[in-house]
Amino acid sequence: MAELNISERQSGDVTILDMDGKITIGEGSVALRTAIRRLLEEGKKKILLNLARVGYIDSSGIGELVSSYTAINKDGGELKLLNLTQKLQDLLTITKLLTVFDVYESEAEALASYK
Amino acid sequence: MSSFNVTLETTELKFPSRIGAVEEAAQAVSEFLTRAGVGEDVAFGIDMAVREAVTNAVLHGNKLDETKFADVSLKISPGAFEITVHDQGTGFDSSSIPDPTDAENILKTSGRGIFFMRNMMDEVEWSQDPKGGTTVRMMKKI
Repeated sequence: MAELNISERQSGDVTILDMDGKITIGEGSVALRTAIRRLLEEGKKKILLNLARVGYIDSSGIGELVSSYTAINKDGGELKLLNLTQKLQDLLTITKLLTVFDVYESEAEALASYK
Repeated sequence: MSSFNVTLETTELKFPSRIGAVEEAAQAVSEFLTRAGVGEDVAFGIDMAVREAVTNAVLHGNKLDETKFADVSLKISPGAFEITVHDQGTGFDSSSIPDPTDAENILKTSGRGIFFMRNMMDEVEWSQDPKGGTTVRMMKKI
């Protein structure tokens, strides 16, 4: 099994990426970067990352989330996060990134928040 | 096994400098901590610090040169887990690492590894080996 599996769904003009695995240095970070770049190339700029099944992330993975956020913003899009595990929420809290990312616990609320 | 039954145990590991070493080291540490009866929450923090330390050793220290190695030493004693990670790099000034939570650094895509190591462990210190290379020693009370 790959370190990180990413499944794609569409809800209106929002693309939801259901992520399952680890976002860590190497394969996991690269998989996220590749997925985001592809979506931007396809003109899909409203992106929701469902992180419910991401059990582990390291500094490289957090860097990749920041990189994704910046790239999507630069392209006029919006990146939001859904269903953070408690551990991931703790990591985003201590790095103060919880103040940067738009985070939701309900998919319906997350979808409704896109402009 | 409960933690008060833990007696001194040490393990020495050697990894070639490739990214895969991070996962291999984390697995070895996880098995070591499980054998020692260390709880899941404490083990999570240690795991994260170990991954960051080994990443630094193979990536920044040894620059992914597979002829160079990261030497990892694990030691558990009643009340404490200690790990050292030694690389063959030229070292760095740990006091010069910017705070990734400062406003101007929040959106940087790197520079959080040492921050996590310091957050997850009770003690983190670096030393330069006179024979060359850098050693980071980390301790966590258990």
